[in-house]
Amino acid sequence: MPTLSPAVVVERLRHLYGERVALDGVSFAVARGEIFGLLGPNGGGKTTLFKVVSTLLAPTGGTVRVFDDDVVKDPAAVRRRLGVVFQKPALDDRLTVGENMRHQGHLYGLRGAVLADRIAEGLSRVGLSDRRADLVGTLSGGLQRRAEVAKALLHRPQLLVLDEPSTGLDPSARRDIWQHLSDLRKSEGTTVILTTHLMEEAAGCDRVAILDGGRLVALDTPDALTASIGGDVVLVRARDAKGLAARVGERFAVKAEVVDGQVRIERDRAHEFVTDLVESFPGELDAVTFGKPTLDDVFVHYTGHRLG
Amino acid sequence: MLAAYTLWLREVVRFLRQRSRIVGALGSPLVFWFLIGSGLNRSFQGGPAMPLQGGYLEYFYPGTLALILLFTAIFSTISIVEDRQEGFLQGVLVAPVPRSAIVVGKVLGSTTLAVIQGGVFLLLAPFAHVQFHLAAVPAILGVMVVVAFGLSGLGFLVAWWLDSTQGFHAIMNVFLIPLWILSGALFPASGAAGWVRALMLANPLTYGVSALRRLFYDQPLAGEPSFALSLAVTLMFAAAMAAAGTIAVSRKKAG
Repeated sequence: MPTLSPAVVVERLRHLYGERVALDGVSFAVARGEIFGLLGPNGGGKTTLFKVVSTLLAPTGGTVRVFDDDVVKDPAAVRRRLGVVFQKPALDDRLTVGENMRHQGHLYGLRGAVLADRIAEGLSRVGLSDRRADLVGTLSGGLQRRAEVAKALLHRPQLLVLDEPSTGLDPSARRDIWQHLSDLRKSEGTTVILTTHLMEEAAGCDRVAILDGGRLVALDTPDALTASIGGDVVLVRARDAKGLAARVGERFAVKAEVVDGQVRIERDRAHEFVTDLVESFPGELDAVTFGKPTLDDVFVHYTGHRLG
Repeated sequence: MLAAYTLWLREVVRFLRQRSRIVGALGSPLVFWFLIGSGLNRSFQGGPAMPLQGGYLEYFYPGTLALILLFTAIFSTISIVEDRQEGFLQGVLVAPVPRSAIVVGKVLGSTTLAVIQGGVFLLLAPFAHVQFHLAAVPAILGVMVVVAFGLSGLGFLVAWWLDSTQGFHAIMNVFLIPLWILSGALFPASGAAGWVRALMLANPLTYGVSALRRLFYDQPLAGEPSFALSLAVTLMFAAAMAAAGTIAVSRKKAG
């Protein structure tokens, strides 16, 4: 059975802002119908990547193809199949929700009865039907984001790109958006790419690409990434973290680093190790925690520093 | 073009929902015209063969009309800066809208608003004893559209390259107001000193004002560029601004 080409192919993408290297030769592909996360700190390159994929920015080097259309050579073709949800809502707060939707529809060539139907359907899906005649400026942040999502989906894009979709949303609003994306993928087969600096959000994706300093540092499913750590993560708080790290490393022949002022050790069967650790350095340890690795730990593992 | 239409519609709806804008763009030129016009009335002597029975108030009328067009057009295109800051513009940029439609929608929106404001000012002409034939009104409106289009296009170019409204106000004072002052709105080119006159003749707005003024009278006015020339320059300026705007949008990636 022939496989369809990937939804998005990024090849050796480079971008410079003057002298500063924002993207340094990033390459990856996003499969159709995938929910793909770009995880990284602010300034790490994910926003630049977002802008290139959403055709807002022409990169300094490399190529990005969306459904086989080049974002630089044929942006109009890409834009027709693309829906974008920005971190800052692209809504006019002096127009009503319905007017914003109509405006958007027109921009994508939708009009008349078809547009009216789509608007009604889109608004009911996000639960905003009753706010249709309200000025966007009167909506809360969470509702505005929902309106944004409805707006972005009007023309039934095959690729939806979201920039930090959870920003400014409370946990229940975040869950709503996430449920919506999940449903979308199931019913329409929409491919979703989102940028995030939140571990929980990345954990919900099919695959996560970790971007740091403009480089693709790791790419896999969340489970595979956490498994790659090869064990649990032990964190130790002590007065002399550096000294302790050196001694622990020597004593147990493990790699003990200092991250954020704490000693960090990756180790299988941490519960056994921790007892040995406490017994070996009595009175020196202020606190010891250990647990299964999270994506945060994965990030530290690959980059040497924390996400936050 | 559906996209251009919807962008245009947005400009008009937003304007109508903001009372302060309606008053602002019309109010100060009005006050300007009345105060300066009345003050200078007796001191003013039109150039040779300029048939002005109404004194300076009459002379100043077309120039004030041009000022209203300028103010409205410029304040409307400032909205591009707001659009960019508020995030609205990015939604438009990622849509499959031809870049030219973005310019046309915004510029036509500003033009429409400017002509509406100017039209209201026209209704005041009888009160200023500024006479003109009713038959001239369509032509006057037509020239207003072209002048407003050129000014909107100019405003768009400036706004597109600026990141803040502060910069815009600076440009307004240093560039746009002098543009108007040297357009024959306040004083005729014929009586001006050499270098001033040269600047005025190089200024596209001079020809716009001149075209407007000519339509208020039955015969050609001495010391003014011919109507044909004025109209031609005004049209070319409008076209040049539209082209430049389209290039600007395709080049610079905003936001």
